[in-house]
Amino acid sequence: MSITVLKDKCTGCKLCIKACPFDAITIKDKCVVIDLSKCTLCGSCVQACKFNAIELKRDVSASHRLSDEQIGQYKDVWVFAEQKDGVVQSVAFELLGKGRELANKLGSRLCAVYLGEKIDSQLNELFWRGADIVYAVESPKLKDYLSESYSKALTQLILEHKPEIVLCGATSLGRSLIPRVAVEIGSGLTADCTGLDIDSEKKLLLQTRPAFGGNIMATIICPHHRPQMSTVRHKVMQEATVDKSLKGQVVKKIIDEDKLISRTSLLEVLKEVEDTVNITEANVIVSGGRGLQGPENFKLLHDLAVVLGGAVGASRAAVDSDWIAYSHQVGQTGKTVCPKIYIACGISGQIQHLAGMQSSEVIIAINKDPSAPIFNIATYGIVGDLFEVIPALTAKLKQILGKSR
Amino acid sequence: MHIVVCIKQVPESTDITINPETNTLVREGVASIINPYDMYAIEEALRIKEKAGGKVTVITMGPPQAESALREALSMGCDEAVLISDRAFAGSDTWATSYTLAMAIKKLDNYDIIICGKQAMDGDTAQVGPGIAVQLDIAQVTFIRKIDKIDEKAALVERMTEEGYERIEVPLPCLFTVVKEINEPRLPSLKGKMKARKAEVISWNSQDIGADPERIGLKGSPTQVIKIFTPPPRKGGEMIQGDTEEVVDKLTNILKDIVAGC
Repeated sequence: MSITVLKDKCTGCKLCIKACPFDAITIKDKCVVIDLSKCTLCGSCVQACKFNAIELKRDVSASHRLSDEQIGQYKDVWVFAEQKDGVVQSVAFELLGKGRELANKLGSRLCAVYLGEKIDSQLNELFWRGADIVYAVESPKLKDYLSESYSKALTQLILEHKPEIVLCGATSLGRSLIPRVAVEIGSGLTADCTGLDIDSEKKLLLQTRPAFGGNIMATIICPHHRPQMSTVRHKVMQEATVDKSLKGQVVKKIIDEDKLISRTSLLEVLKEVEDTVNITEANVIVSGGRGLQGPENFKLLHDLAVVLGGAVGASRAAVDSDWIAYSHQVGQTGKTVCPKIYIACGISGQIQHLAGMQSSEVIIAINKDPSAPIFNIATYGIVGDLFEVIPALTAKLKQILGKSR
Repeated sequence: MHIVVCIKQVPESTDITINPETNTLVREGVASIINPYDMYAIEEALRIKEKAGGKVTVITMGPPQAESALREALSMGCDEAVLISDRAFAGSDTWATSYTLAMAIKKLDNYDIIICGKQAMDGDTAQVGPGIAVQLDIAQVTFIRKIDKIDEKAALVERMTEEGYERIEVPLPCLFTVVKEINEPRLPSLKGKMKARKAEVISWNSQDIGADPERIGLKGSPTQVIKIFTPPPRKGGEMIQGDTEEVVDKLTNILKDIVAGC
């Protein structure tokens, strides 16, 4: 593993300097020099160089790299069908949507994996959304998520059936489970992907994800290990549509109860009872910041959220002032959300907040300050008084959408 | 009780832009800090120590300059600091990072609890904590918002989920990742700062921790970054003008169509 500049080939054209995202290359005596303390061996310069003057040796460990023949044994696209109280969650339908597209490009099958107490009531839903095969492990030990039980079951299924790709929602479950499975199996995992595609030539999974709070995007591959694994951001991919004519096959696996033992025990699952949905699932989020002036005014947002069938979010400023619970916080240190509509009320739009919501489909911003940065990214901006606009909007929508909502 | 905290040094702001002329990440003037989530991990470790006794070891993998992050942790009250640094670690993905940290933790005295922030602010993967737990074969609980009870044998914790939280009992040794809600990190005292300045920071390279050269750095990383780019910036759209009634009418028209489609 090393990077070298071949001095006889380097013309000093500086193309690599422009390509380096880490500012690691400088020019000295008409030849480039790479500062190894800055270089992350990302390879951008190698691609940019027209003279093959930079050599990156990616001698991936032979002991742990799979041979082409071994890689050939891995087939099928798997999606993890996350369930809660036995019911498959919508994030799994999004994965089936994307998974179908990937499976078609690879000419392989699309399979779903279900870990839980009983699958039968959920089977058709998975077949109708495109799963050719459903692998299920049924056990009372898998009723609720437990890191060790779940990772042992999923690891065993993967080792036995050798899928080429495994996708899982980047939910609190997915982001706790899949990193374990990836380490156990010794394969690569890319977190919180927002884009997935197949490289038409090499048939590799191209996994694109945001880093630095969404300011930088990176495309990542897993060339020599299988399966290629990703967690996928909720609400980004289109759900697979229901086609009731579709049929599939269920494969029920029995795993020894002893192997599903977990050192942690789940004592209680508590839902924070509210009449609005949680922000990661919501299609509409009405969010408030410092402009709300006090905790009592969140009621206004709550009323609008109820009419729109949405959830209430908040900026860090509002949460840090104890106006609303941390579970509502959107942004860098809170949750990342991706609703159809995000209504930002009295939120100035600090970069940390934008990191958590800028992939929303439509952003509506209401703020008194015309120079608030939120207006730079809002689809619709209103410079005005939220205490006038929001109640009037709630009343009007109530009339139109009906009180039943 | 021996508590180990894993931290990462990150740029202070994620507002990293790419200079359109040179296509490089603009990092000038961006200071380095301890990853904010790791501050909650340090604070929680110190609180456990204050209640149960013992010591807190803070550990980081990074370039030599990451030593300043360790000194800051020492100034808050951590007892020992270990820097794991080697050119051979460059290009590590989360697999190789969790392996490297696990190898270093194995070299420490017997540990009872390992605490990590839920994720790092630059990479945002949240994968290293669970990875360490598997490498060390210990129990894990992620996204902890509260530790209700802890003694030499077990802990009772609350794990944050999308809908609320779970109450979980976990035997020690174990690994925790923590969220912001868990505490309010303290500021270092003057005395702490003085002590941290003089404290010894242990430095280990890949050989010191007995790492398999095939499993570290780029070589030991199953994933590879092939492209880095700036997403097209989201542009501001339409400003809606008018009095409250006009604004509400326009918003209603926009909202009713989208909501109907949800």
